[in-house]
Amino acid sequence: MDVKKINELFSKELKVINMGLDSFADNLRKEEVEVLHMGWKPPAGGSKRLIALLEKLDR
Amino acid sequence: MKKILVRENAYYDSVILMLATKALKQRSGIKEAVVAMGTEVNLGLLREIGLLSGEVESAKPNDLVIAIEAETEEAAEEACRIAEEILKKKDHGGGEEGYCPVSLDGALKMFPEANLVVISVPGPYAGREARRALNKGLHVMIFSDHVPVEEEVELKEMALERGLLLMGPDCGTAILNGKPLCFANVVRRGHIGLVAASGSGLQEVCCCIDRMGGGISQAIGTGGRDLQERRVRGRMMLMGIEALSQDPETQVIVVLSKPPSEEVVATVLSKLKDAGKPCVVHFLGRKPSGTRGSVRFSGNMEEAAAMAVAFSKGEEYREGCGTLSEAEIARRVEAEVNPMASEQKYLRGLFAGGTLATEAVALFEQEGFKILSNVRKEPGIALQSPHRSERHAIVDMGDDVFTLGRPHPMIDPSLREERIAKEAADPETALLLLDVVLGYGAHEDPCGPLGESIGKAKAQVAGRGGYLSVIASITGTEKDFQNMAEQKKKLEAAGCLVMPSNYQAALTALHVMRKVTARWM
Repeated sequence: MDVKKINELFSKELKVINMGLDSFADNLRKEEVEVLHMGWKPPAGGSKRLIALLEKLDR
Repeated sequence: MKKILVRENAYYDSVILMLATKALKQRSGIKEAVVAMGTEVNLGLLREIGLLSGEVESAKPNDLVIAIEAETEEAAEEACRIAEEILKKKDHGGGEEGYCPVSLDGALKMFPEANLVVISVPGPYAGREARRALNKGLHVMIFSDHVPVEEEVELKEMALERGLLLMGPDCGTAILNGKPLCFANVVRRGHIGLVAASGSGLQEVCCCIDRMGGGISQAIGTGGRDLQERRVRGRMMLMGIEALSQDPETQVIVVLSKPPSEEVVATVLSKLKDAGKPCVVHFLGRKPSGTRGSVRFSGNMEEAAAMAVAFSKGEEYREGCGTLSEAEIARRVEAEVNPMASEQKYLRGLFAGGTLATEAVALFEQEGFKILSNVRKEPGIALQSPHRSERHAIVDMGDDVFTLGRPHPMIDPSLREERIAKEAADPETALLLLDVVLGYGAHEDPCGPLGESIGKAKAQVAGRGGYLSVIASITGTEKDFQNMAEQKKKLEAAGCLVMPSNYQAALTALHVMRKVTARWM
């Protein structure tokens, strides 16, 4: 089991992309963590059919 | 009078929507209020309460819906205005960046040095975002729940192949490099590394370690299903153990899980034996089975913390250190039971933390009490309705049945306030057992409103000639922003017995209930 990248993360400063609840980003800033909060919205206007298509493209 | 507004393409997160809904419901003249995104589930909810009409029927998950039923047109208009004001404040107050990228690709262009993605979007979308993040070589924490188990297995397989962390889904807490993520406490850094398939359990053990003078190197959450669900096969737990075993800062490894599946237990224990470091294991609901090589089993979460702290200092663990003397326990129990009325018979546990509830249920069951609870699914011991206590009952109020469309009780204490009043109205209630969780994510002053409702409940019971015993613990540290000492004072001022850990609160409640039971047998 290769965990080299996890151990590298343990020795670095956390740099976080936050997607969803913006209070989580605010809290990380209070702890002096560099964080970018995304303006996330449901993809394709939330249309299940279009999301299924996007999923196929992703894979 | 009904008023319904739809704002197309205006997306808000669930916490702000639930807080706006709650603010409207508390206003006089408002019969019903919903501020939500136009998802299928929400439209169904609106239909049930008779607020689905006209353009709302075609609302999309990206559209904001404000639906009000009020006594007068003015009250409805005013409520809509207030809802928009609350949401507008969020638009202007949140975040430091001027521009928030909407896609992960956009975010990585702005912030290419990012190494972790925290995902708390609605469950049906979380898997896709996690998959994209893993494909970009980023570690991932998924706070979102309602991610299908098949998707969890697929994501964890991907993470394993790429050597990346995939904490979750439904991972409420973690501490990486001393930084608390999502619902987490501010704890001292040190040499104890934890991997846990339990959110409130991980918070409790980390806080106990901090109180006992120990420190945390890393606290990795795996999501509750990692060990419980056979198909997930403890993939992230095993990876977490491997990473901690190779981490030079970690001297002791603690593994914690809600009741795990039997097949997974053997694999985890075998992995721990090879870790080459002292290990402490606590599987909730399983009796400890001593020592196996470098692996020690603890009987409760506080003991897991005490063992880990002792081992991190190179000391032997001495059982029972730090707990109250028998004479002190007897004195406290007498003071709680003597003033009770003869019809007061039952324990009522009202918990915000699922694992904290499970620990209390397990202790009472081990000591021969039959507890009805929603943390148990087996017929005969599962509560018929989590909304109504029967006999001795312990309720996890963070359960989905309570949180659909309402904030979790750790964020919003009002749900538990209502339930405390209900329990106090039942003349057979003898004891309320409670937990309080502090830290990021949690309410800014949980013991303020909780203390008030405890005070009212005690006065109500005293008014009919009885005495309501209330015992609680606070999961938190002196470094949490809510101010632990102040919070404790507020509960004590209300007449609540505050114990240093969830286990000690449950144990004291057990002593009280033994004496109560002896009185009416």
